[in-house]
Amino acid sequence: MAEFNLPQNSRLTEGKAWPKPAGAAKLTEFKVYRWNPDTGENPRTDTYFVDREDCGPMVLDALIWIKSKIDPTLTFRRSCREGICGSCAMNMDGKNGLACTTGIDECAGHGKSAGKVAIYPLPHMPVIKDLVPDLTRFYAQHASIEPWLKTTTPAPEKEWKQAKDDREKLDGLYECILCACCSTSCPSYWWNGDRYLGPAALLQAYRWLIDSRDESTGERLDNLEDPFRLYRCHTIMNCANACPKGLNPAKAIAEVKRMMVARQV
Amino acid sequence: MQSNSSMRTPLGRVRGLGSAKSGTGHFWLQRVTAVANVVLTVIFLGIVISLFGKPYPAAMATLSHPLVAILMLLFVVSGVVHMRLGMQVVIEDYIHGEGFKIAAVMANTFFAIAIGAACVFAVLKLSFGG
Repeated sequence: MAEFNLPQNSRLTEGKAWPKPAGAAKLTEFKVYRWNPDTGENPRTDTYFVDREDCGPMVLDALIWIKSKIDPTLTFRRSCREGICGSCAMNMDGKNGLACTTGIDECAGHGKSAGKVAIYPLPHMPVIKDLVPDLTRFYAQHASIEPWLKTTTPAPEKEWKQAKDDREKLDGLYECILCACCSTSCPSYWWNGDRYLGPAALLQAYRWLIDSRDESTGERLDNLEDPFRLYRCHTIMNCANACPKGLNPAKAIAEVKRMMVARQV
Repeated sequence: MQSNSSMRTPLGRVRGLGSAKSGTGHFWLQRVTAVANVVLTVIFLGIVISLFGKPYPAAMATLSHPLVAILMLLFVVSGVVHMRLGMQVVIEDYIHGEGFKIAAVMANTFFAIAIGAACVFAVLKLSFGG
């Protein structure tokens, strides 16, 4: 059955509360998921207080501040700090996004956790350490849709030509940075991630399906024609809600289904 | 079925047994029956409401009209097909044990056929005079 409870060794415990920095006027409380594969302990949430007057406005700024000033063992991925590499994708205040483009004030919690910022790794993926998920399968799914131009016609001397309006069809698709925010927000991907390709891979599949230069449209559709690979999408729309680049994978998947029907009906 | 060997490459695991080369038929039939059900449910409710509080012979008289009987049969068939397809998706979503899943998909088909047969029999019995 689907997993509605976390396995015993994955259940969260209350972690360490780190002391407040001395002399700080404006503090924000961060609850951060911690798990170390080497200790054999259950994951925990550590509490940190960030001096906002000494720290940039984004969640990534705060994580880097914590790592430099409080706890150098805190582990997370980051690189470009401007929303183009997709490394710092994580779950902040219950929503997937990029830590570098999410403001700390945007994800201060509500109700009982008002003002607190909850930071977890991307949901339902194996955790390597702390906020670092294992995305091996996610990348393999992307590879499985063969994300490159496939042609039989010999390559032209200069370049494959594409009309302006055909090129425009790739807008809203090529911008994907493969951060995995969409796929890991999708309940269908949580339950059937081993067989369902997930919104990110399917958006990329569509990006190549409607590329006017590609000559393998039929084979690409053949590869997706599957109750699990494609049809596990039930238009839940979490993917479109989560995408930090404002893309709509659910719409791309609907277009793939439309192509599937078009070649049969 | 599939090898769980950790030595298998991630791409090999994702490709698994390959594409089933089906699924669109299921998807499309679910949409077709959904559209049919919109119309047929309205008609079905109209028939039921018109018979509300009336005695058994009145129901028999209404259902013995060929158009009414055919619409009722279409409602039953379209509804049952749609129900089976929808439930199958739910089973595939949530049940992961291979044996249990196959048993559930099979039971789902048996259930839908049994319900459909019972409903069709009931409509025909009334329609052809009780």
